[in-house]
Amino acid sequence: MKQTFTIGIGGAAGQGVATPGDIFAKIFSRRGLHLNAYNAYQSIIRGGHTFLTIRTGPEKVSNMGDRLDLLIPLNQDAMDRHLGLLRSGAACIYNADTIKPGVAVAGTALCPLPVSKLADISRNKVAQNTLAVGAGLNMMGIGFQALEQVLTEQFKKKGTAMVAENVNIARAGYDYAAANFKPFAWPLPMTNNRYAVLSGNIAMAMGGAAAGVKFYCAYPMSPSTGVLHWMAAHARKANIMVRQVEDEIGVVNMAIGAAHAGVRSMCATSGGGFALMTEGLGLSAMMETPVVVIDCQRAGPSTGVPTKTEQGDLWQMLGAGFGDYPRAIAAPLDIGDCFKIIPEIFNLADRYQCPGIVLCDLLLSEGRLSVDPKDLDFAPVVDRGELITEAPSTAGTNGNAAYKRYKITESGISPRAVPGVPGYTHTAASDEHDEDGVLISDEFTNPTKRRAMMEKRMRKVGGIEAAVPPPELWGPHNAEVTLIGWGSTKGVIEEACEILNEQGISANQLQIRWLVPLRGDAILDILKGARHTIIVENNYSGQFARYLRSETSFVPNGYIRKYDGEPFMPHHIVEAVKEQMSGKSRLTVPAHEILV
Amino acid sequence: MATALVDSKRLAMTDFKGKVDPDWCPGCGDFGVLAAVQKALVDLQIPNHSVVTISGIGCSSNFPGFINTYGMHTLHGRALAVATGVKLANHDLTVLVTGGDGDGFGIGGNHFMHTMRRNVDLLYIVMDNQIYGLTTGQTSPTSRVGMKTKSMPFGNIEAPVNPISLALAAGATFVARGFSGEQKHLTELIKQGVQHKGFSFLDVFSPCVTYNHDNTYQWFRPRVKKLEDDTAYDPTNWLAAMEKSVLWGDEIPIGKFFERTDVPTLHGAEPILNAGPLLHGDMRIPPDVARSFVEELM
Repeated sequence: MKQTFTIGIGGAAGQGVATPGDIFAKIFSRRGLHLNAYNAYQSIIRGGHTFLTIRTGPEKVSNMGDRLDLLIPLNQDAMDRHLGLLRSGAACIYNADTIKPGVAVAGTALCPLPVSKLADISRNKVAQNTLAVGAGLNMMGIGFQALEQVLTEQFKKKGTAMVAENVNIARAGYDYAAANFKPFAWPLPMTNNRYAVLSGNIAMAMGGAAAGVKFYCAYPMSPSTGVLHWMAAHARKANIMVRQVEDEIGVVNMAIGAAHAGVRSMCATSGGGFALMTEGLGLSAMMETPVVVIDCQRAGPSTGVPTKTEQGDLWQMLGAGFGDYPRAIAAPLDIGDCFKIIPEIFNLADRYQCPGIVLCDLLLSEGRLSVDPKDLDFAPVVDRGELITEAPSTAGTNGNAAYKRYKITESGISPRAVPGVPGYTHTAASDEHDEDGVLISDEFTNPTKRRAMMEKRMRKVGGIEAAVPPPELWGPHNAEVTLIGWGSTKGVIEEACEILNEQGISANQLQIRWLVPLRGDAILDILKGARHTIIVENNYSGQFARYLRSETSFVPNGYIRKYDGEPFMPHHIVEAVKEQMSGKSRLTVPAHEILV
Repeated sequence: MATALVDSKRLAMTDFKGKVDPDWCPGCGDFGVLAAVQKALVDLQIPNHSVVTISGIGCSSNFPGFINTYGMHTLHGRALAVATGVKLANHDLTVLVTGGDGDGFGIGGNHFMHTMRRNVDLLYIVMDNQIYGLTTGQTSPTSRVGMKTKSMPFGNIEAPVNPISLALAAGATFVARGFSGEQKHLTELIKQGVQHKGFSFLDVFSPCVTYNHDNTYQWFRPRVKKLEDDTAYDPTNWLAAMEKSVLWGDEIPIGKFFERTDVPTLHGAEPILNAGPLLHGDMRIPPDVARSFVEELM
């Protein structure tokens, strides 16, 4: 089992949960440690309950884990909810002035801080947070200098007095812990590596910039808004036109307009906004104008639970828009993949002149992960497909009768001229049209032409399928159990497999990244040798299980599903697998024990 | 206009003729609008390839197919959103948006308002026939109270929108009304709208000879009065324009209600476009900038 260290910080929204989280994250990543952070929060600006989990270690940390090594409750509520999560050897650092300790499990330590004695709380409202960070870092065996540096960066805009005040408070906490609390048994190691720490939203935004996106527009919607924020903040440096639009209908159509004019164009939303975009998605397919839409799934239906995660939009993506048309749908497997997947899907969308959908979710969008900077490649392969942006010198001004925008070809791909190029004037239409763009929905309606155009567009499906690699099986071959997941569950299933293997149940994993094209034959090939198959997903009805069955007729032995708004923890899957292997059930819905 | 003429020959009306002839009903007001647009482009000598004509859905929205420019025949109500994207990606293009009253003021009403306040540099021509034609005659947002249609057979009980007042209120920087039966006047308004830097709104009475028996050529002709004939009228006076915009009855003003030239266009207000259209810029992020993006996260 990999060695990791997990911190939980809980409190009301507005109490400053994020800042200590950011400080820990910075210090860990600068020590060359990996980290994974997940913030369970509510749709409220002040009050409520927020619980941030940061897990760190020298090896890759793929999920938030099961238990805590350090709990910092910022109020009584957080103490009461989370004390039970401590593992043996763990500690809870809390404000002794305001919080009554709960009953600590054997082998865990309660570490009360006399906050009003250590700091002037009338001056500094978040003194308890800073003291706890200082104390915690001391117990982890981390030198004070690292904290001093981060605090200096954090407060330098507010002046040297503010820096000094915070450093002094942190120092008081640090020294108090040295004198009064027992250090953790596992001092956090250091490595020479350096990592970037980023959310999936930032990763997708940066991936867009790397892919050459020049137009980004959105309507704010949790949990996708982080993409807009990064784009807006970096627009001028990255030379990207970023617009906030009146609604998601406007968003997708504006993005299509920019794409039609020849630039790479992207937008992001969540399920509700995506629902408004679906007609536009069909327009992209019909006009054969590539556009990339990101859907950051949250718990639905309707407004649902805006700050909670789910994988409940798969069928919306599969069925988005009426009529048949080619599309690509990819679900990033982790936050690093959120970056990588954007240039990939743009290349597909550009080559096949169709919409590309990235199916992310709150867990990745708003979670944070350490990523090797080398994996944030700003010079990826860019393939714009058959795009005409300049006229040959022989072209005249008045249209080129020979140019057919929707020329019928074997691949289904027709060279795409952008407006402004002399000699290629044509009309791109949402009505069915002939090769030259003339509508065949009115007086020229013709079943033979309609069929030819449908077949032309749908031939692109074959090309898209061939362009995407088949999924692979990870872990021991001939394992007792094969866990099948898609998208963001990669990390937690991976860890569940590790735990199962350690406990003597050999387990492997098939994680699906490309949902369309699915590569069903390759999946069947992999699964035909599997002994016991279980599909793990974050929704009620088993959307992927139903999809896999509809495409391949494959039916697994069991299902593990969760739809309470929170992501899977490794033990949920491990326990469910054991239950199912013993024949007790075929469907397990693990209960989320932490009330967040 | 950054795009220069490639051929030295003068563009003529025939150069702007589309691949197919319009399939509008004989006598439809939209023929007059099409001819006026073609004439305006000829007069202004704007090369076909540097014009994009973008429409939504409806009888009048079939317009892009009947003119030889780049064209987009988009979704019902969405032309202005698409057009904004086109203009921002390549602001060298001359963008014309064409459509009907249902498309623009009904299903597309939200985009109409926001495109105006953004002052996107394009000309939006609404062929306003006060009826839904392609769906065979239902009440539109500009149908008068009492008008009987298939969807309101006992008479419309809803007040119509006033497109001119709406445009003035939403911040359109060029607001005009034309009449398909007044070709020369209409052509002139189109030319002014194309040349105006910012959002130009041109509402055109374009009678539906099949489904609207109330607002016919005969009904409009004695009523329309050109603002240009009133030498005292000052189209830079927004309040005066607002007052004129509510006139409806025996006298209906047509012509340029309002124009102001002191508001930056959307593309003009964005510094990243100073270097030229996005389309022609470098797709790649310079390595030092990319490095700074990553370093922020470390």
